[in-house]
Amino acid sequence: MKGVDFSVREGEVHALMGENGAGKSTLIKVLTGIYPKSGGQIFFDGKEINPRTVQEAQEVGISTIYQELNLVPFQTVYENMFLGREIRNRFGALDRKKMILECEAILKDLGIQADVTRPLSAYGTAVQQMVAIGRAISVNAKLVIMDEPTSSLDTKEVQVLFRVIRRLKEKNIAVIFISHRLDEIFEICEQVTILRDGELAGQVSVDEIDQLQLIACMIGKEARQLERKKEGYHLQDASVLTQMKDIQQGTRLNGIGIEIKKGEVLGLAGLLGSGRTELAKVLFGATQPDSGEIFWMGQKKKFSTPADAIKAEMGFCTEDRKVEGIIPHLSVRENMTIALLPRISKCGVISKKKQVEVVDRYIKSLGIKTPNQNQPIRTLSGGNQQKVLLARWMCMNPKLIIMDEPTRGIDVGAKAEIEDLIQELSSNGISILMISSEIAELERNCDRVVVMREGKKMGELSGDDIRQDTVMKMIAGGEAHE
Amino acid sequence: MSKSVHSKADMEALVRKYSAFALLILMLLVNVVVTPNFFSTGTLWNIIRQTCTIILTGMGMTMVISTGGIDISVGAVMALSGIVAAKMLPFGVLPAVLVALIACAVSGAIAGFMIGTLKVQPMVVTLALMIGVRGVAQVMNDAKIFNITGTNAEAFKKLGTAKIFGAVPVQIIVIVVAVAVTWFILEKMILGRHIQAVGDNPKSSALAGISSAKTLMFVYVFCAVMAGLAGIFETAKIGAADGNSLGLLAELDAIAAVAVGGTSMSGGRAKVWGTVIGAVIMQLITVMVNMNNITYEYAQVFKAIIIILAVYIQREKNA
Repeated sequence: MKGVDFSVREGEVHALMGENGAGKSTLIKVLTGIYPKSGGQIFFDGKEINPRTVQEAQEVGISTIYQELNLVPFQTVYENMFLGREIRNRFGALDRKKMILECEAILKDLGIQADVTRPLSAYGTAVQQMVAIGRAISVNAKLVIMDEPTSSLDTKEVQVLFRVIRRLKEKNIAVIFISHRLDEIFEICEQVTILRDGELAGQVSVDEIDQLQLIACMIGKEARQLERKKEGYHLQDASVLTQMKDIQQGTRLNGIGIEIKKGEVLGLAGLLGSGRTELAKVLFGATQPDSGEIFWMGQKKKFSTPADAIKAEMGFCTEDRKVEGIIPHLSVRENMTIALLPRISKCGVISKKKQVEVVDRYIKSLGIKTPNQNQPIRTLSGGNQQKVLLARWMCMNPKLIIMDEPTRGIDVGAKAEIEDLIQELSSNGISILMISSEIAELERNCDRVVVMREGKKMGELSGDDIRQDTVMKMIAGGEAHE
Repeated sequence: MSKSVHSKADMEALVRKYSAFALLILMLLVNVVVTPNFFSTGTLWNIIRQTCTIILTGMGMTMVISTGGIDISVGAVMALSGIVAAKMLPFGVLPAVLVALIACAVSGAIAGFMIGTLKVQPMVVTLALMIGVRGVAQVMNDAKIFNITGTNAEAFKKLGTAKIFGAVPVQIIVIVVAVAVTWFILEKMILGRHIQAVGDNPKSSALAGISSAKTLMFVYVFCAVMAGLAGIFETAKIGAADGNSLGLLAELDAIAAVAVGGTSMSGGRAKVWGTVIGAVIMQLITVMVNMNNITYEYAQVFKAIIIILAVYIQREKNA
């Protein structure tokens, strides 16, 4: 986070936007006292404040509604409402009657009807959120921060939430609203602040900006002339490796279909939450779709587990290396060969010789910087970890590698190396499904790009038609062709 | 400046790596000074005979703990195997042992299924088994001690009392085989990689195609069978099977040996040799106390101190 200015007026609904890692949550955490700030000042209600804990922030009037609500599901609604500040009668015992009455009053004020004596878990996410909001109001919050409040709500519930937000506005309570859904921003917010790479990318009134400008501002645009690594599109006649048809999964994937040809680099573009990763996980068997079909080399297939997909010769480099990629305490060697082991062992006994050979080869060919094969992978830099994970799949000699944000969080040099590697793999006939938030990266590397939004396919571009502006236009919606 | 910081980190890593071994040396030295006749073959045979149980259960526990789990039903499973083996003796020693181990494997399979497939917490599942299996063991002989007599009794007792070359306790073979098998599985086989991977990062492991259900099933069955073996050798040594007291608190000794040996309680790193050393340290404390005519209760206090010390030295910063 580098010198960001940010201001919210009384009774204003203010959107905070930015891609992953842009600094939204850091900003919020500094504001609410979770992280200390290394410089700068916070003014609230005209006075400088310096909250060091969430409680201190709450006392001055800043409340946060997190994605995962910090409420107690098995306690009643009213108990949750007064958690930690229970009303007591003059004997010091809990005054349940008063709490129930007040709780009902608060919720009614928000336009919610609920039996407050039932456990919180009896209600859906939307009502639970209302309780959290009610709680915030009842501690006299003047600013309520909502971190992706709509991510687990359906359309109807979102409308209920918006009604509540408008009610807050009437009470002159300001709201910071974090969401990746553009439509919501334009429906409910007045001001929008956009962050990018820890810097302020813009603060404007919602009336003065359209979706396209907003996206451009969020993603940024590389100034230098892009050099496409491919010329034209030559894969019209290539055989189809895999095809996904009408994939439906909850509210995340809405009947999307894609096809990947042999040796093709297919890019998936879209904002966070557009369903890119979800689609990849369905293909890899890590999650199951509600409906839809997958064809693999012309045959209908069902991948129930990642192991099935790996058997079909697929690999998946995940977006979150730390959580879903590396096995931190195991060595570089074990991490690289974990999926390959069955092929280099007899009766379950690993051939150490073959293992060492394979790892040696990839450490050399990918230029992985590690003191030796036995080094625990967690001690490597992000770029080198990523290379080990790529090697994990490359050594399997796969037909398809899914790469979710393959260059995130790694330095420029390693980025270029990984992009070169992608080209090399595809020229060897390996198909690649590449997910990236950097449209420039897709433009440089892909043969074809599918643009997604809210779990649907918005359009498709191939060859030299892949241009940042066009992709952004498609993300912004309006022209869903094909 | 940065170099000294680096070497300090290296030093800490070194201390952590060899702490169990250092503690072992320390215990030996202390014993040499304070314990009369410590350097006699008799003492050595004694230690071998007595560590057998901790090492066997410790091997199973090392695997379980390196998957990030725990198994507190070990003692109860020992009791079950002792009673079943004793009851089945009239059919021959080998059938008795096999049936006993199968009974234990069933208990392990229940744990493996509940933990691996149904995703119930290991502590809760094995707590239920600890109570239930102990109950079954007691019911099988009306909660009475079963003295081993009659057909095949003498042959069976040999399992616990036989001596190789007229001196070396038979337990040495059991210990060597158990440690070798466990080491081989963990270090040389795919299974061992999977066990550590599942314990270290279950999400990454699943996405690398590892079935945690199968891995955990194996681990809990292995742990139960090891406990079963421990129960059989213990029963043979004593010459009686007691469903009430056989293996009581054995799980805690096993966990202690694993902890002292440096296997991380949060999973991911199995230290087979560490557990062996941990088991011997635990036994040395008992020997020291016994041979110096100190009351047994003091041994417990010493053990507690050693466990805390070992785990403190090995704690990983920012883990």
